[in-house]
Amino acid sequence: MRIGHRALGAAALTAAAGLMLGGCAVGTGGQSNDTNAKYDPDAKLSGTLTIMGFGGEDEVATARMDLAETELGDVDVKLIKGDLDIQQFLSSVASGEPPSLLYADRDQIGSLAARGAIIPLEDCIDGEGIETGDFVESALDQVTLDGTVYGIPEFNSVQLTMADQQLLDGAGVTIDDVNGSDRTAMTDAAAKLVQRDGDNVKVIGVDSKLPEFLALWVAAAGGSLISDDGRTAQLDSEEAVSSLEWAAGIYEEQGGFPAIKATRDAADFFGAGNQFATNTLGAMPMEQWYLNVLNEVSPDAPMAFDTVRTTDGDPIAYATGSAWAIPSGSDNPEAACRWARAMTSVDAWRAAADARLSARNDAGLPFTGILTGNTVADEEIKGMTTADEEPWASGVAAMYEANDHTFSLPANPADAEFEDAMFEAVNSVLTSGADPAEALAKAQETAQKALDDGWAELEG
Amino acid sequence: MSTATRPATGSEPEPAAQAGPPSGAAPAAVGRERGRRRAHRRNLFSALLFLSPWIVGFLVFTAWPMIYSAYLSLTDYDVINNPEFIGIQNYVDLASDEKLLLALGNTAIFTLLQVPLYVVVSLALALLLDRAGRASGFYRTVFFLPKMTPPVAVGVLFLLLFNGQNGLVNGVLGFFGIDGPSWTTDPAWVKPGLVFMSLWTVGASVIILLAALRNVPKELYESAQLDGAGFWRQSFSVTLPMISPALFFIIVVNTIAGLQTFDEAYTAFFGAGNTTYSNDAALFYVIYLFQQAFEYLHMGYASAMAWLLFVVIMIITAIQLVVSRRLVYYEGDR
Repeated sequence: MRIGHRALGAAALTAAAGLMLGGCAVGTGGQSNDTNAKYDPDAKLSGTLTIMGFGGEDEVATARMDLAETELGDVDVKLIKGDLDIQQFLSSVASGEPPSLLYADRDQIGSLAARGAIIPLEDCIDGEGIETGDFVESALDQVTLDGTVYGIPEFNSVQLTMADQQLLDGAGVTIDDVNGSDRTAMTDAAAKLVQRDGDNVKVIGVDSKLPEFLALWVAAAGGSLISDDGRTAQLDSEEAVSSLEWAAGIYEEQGGFPAIKATRDAADFFGAGNQFATNTLGAMPMEQWYLNVLNEVSPDAPMAFDTVRTTDGDPIAYATGSAWAIPSGSDNPEAACRWARAMTSVDAWRAAADARLSARNDAGLPFTGILTGNTVADEEIKGMTTADEEPWASGVAAMYEANDHTFSLPANPADAEFEDAMFEAVNSVLTSGADPAEALAKAQETAQKALDDGWAELEG
Repeated sequence: MSTATRPATGSEPEPAAQAGPPSGAAPAAVGRERGRRRAHRRNLFSALLFLSPWIVGFLVFTAWPMIYSAYLSLTDYDVINNPEFIGIQNYVDLASDEKLLLALGNTAIFTLLQVPLYVVVSLALALLLDRAGRASGFYRTVFFLPKMTPPVAVGVLFLLLFNGQNGLVNGVLGFFGIDGPSWTTDPAWVKPGLVFMSLWTVGASVIILLAALRNVPKELYESAQLDGAGFWRQSFSVTLPMISPALFFIIVVNTIAGLQTFDEAYTAFFGAGNTTYSNDAALFYVIYLFQQAFEYLHMGYASAMAWLLFVVIMIITAIQLVVSRRLVYYEGDR
């Protein structure tokens, strides 16, 4: 058979294109876990340390950075400012020029680790002498995939029950009725506290903060949305279904989620006209940093605080936060590891707390503490707080109590898909009246498939 | 061997021989011909030189990514690790993806609602401006200014203006005794709300239509008036046919934009830090594509989605082109 010049040319072009495409599509992850790095706290370091995802703009950051830069000696530190842009990071990894160090949400660590975008930190931890025993256990769990630590956690966010004492008094309910310990009482309180004008909700009685806090309510009922090893979704568990029915039912008692949500969105959340200052919200679970916001913008708001409580009445909080991770192909893993160690050390947190205390004193405001993810540092900083007057003293006490009773969702290789499946189920219940059991069963299927695929990819 | 003395072979002359001067041509003519060719080559070179930034940009930023995307659509690729060739599996998976169907449906509904409304409002404003006389320049600028607003800001603004509780839109509706819906939280009203919000950027189309209206020959209206045609008759028999190319352009461009809508809806309902949920009523095709690519890191699957969208847009545009042959009047046509 005679092959013409054009056919040969086309074949050659196709082959060349195939080779070029194949050549272009070269990933870097999963191949460079062995960095040959030698981690030694006494080693003199040099070179450049590029950090992605860390802003470093307030005194808590800059005080620690000063200390870390001193420990790094001649290393030139460059911040790629702003929150982590996962597209930017992945592009840099794919192009073979990742940053030296990454600052990410802890719930992103599992996916990044599973894809080989970040390296295990066992050598770094051993070499630099990072005291992992000092870290909050749930925070460390969140950055541990399949038994291997991939991130050095820092900061902890926990939830408190925040309530408007004036509205509670007016409705004849107490903070114990809205802290989750008695779910029937909490639903009744919502009905008593809510104020409506036709279809509009003027005052939200109780906001159960779905879909964000479904995991919190499920844990408060003794369950978990995912197994401890991060392999099995438990979205259709009895605790999950009953918690969603109850938490969504609270909205139904008050006129439905769309009306509540519209009122929630209308609040001047970070300003002096926030929902507690304007008496338009009875109670909600909320992260502890909001205590600081309220104290600053509306110090006279009639606040009442407690921890969120399990159905047995015990404190509970769903811990989230950030972590330092070293990307595959990092050009300076030794400096990255030392920076992570220095930034999360007790000395660094002490310096940060001093700086924050000083700034709050200058502003004539009480220091309400910092949750660091490091138990030793937390204990020390707790003793430095100056929020002695009520209701803020109760808020700070509740914050530290919550911090001692945290849980987290374990790292897994499909965290984004898992979370989206859960959110989708909750939203369909809230906005379309879907049956909670059916919605969660569907989410279970989607989430489990994503987990199975993720783990298969990781292990295959 | 000169072409003049070359023996006949029974085959066609070679191109070089065809292009050469006729045998016996005067040397001056040959020189002119060579000069003309040199000039042609110089012109071609100059043209290519001036076009080269665009050509390079097109090859690097459009053609190459498209080819690469076609390749990735046949792979399992998570950006970080090497792509694994899986043939047409991504395309097979598209067929059974319920969420993809939902996203396609949302996008189709949005486009079907948005394009006609966009065209009608643009035309109405252009007709008003056409009668605004010297003030039209001012209003033209005013209408165009919102187009300069970043779509992300429009997404945030949407949540404020269309808040069912205290948004400005429901405030205005309330003034007329109308109880406005929960635009941002009721799934049934999310897409209509986004459609209304998209009218924010109607200015560009208004300007195009205004230019088309200004180009309609006045004699046609005078003739129509002499024939006793009223306003509506003139509009349907003179104005619309004469501006139909501009209308067609706006319809095609807005249809494509509608099918690719992303920014405002993503910012309002899916972006980082947002706290508003649409129960996927605002899950448009490109948003789902973005999620697959950059949140779930299924870059191969997202590439297949991109090609599916490309085919859908091509089919719809082709249908519009076929229909336009009957409905669009081009003055130069015979």
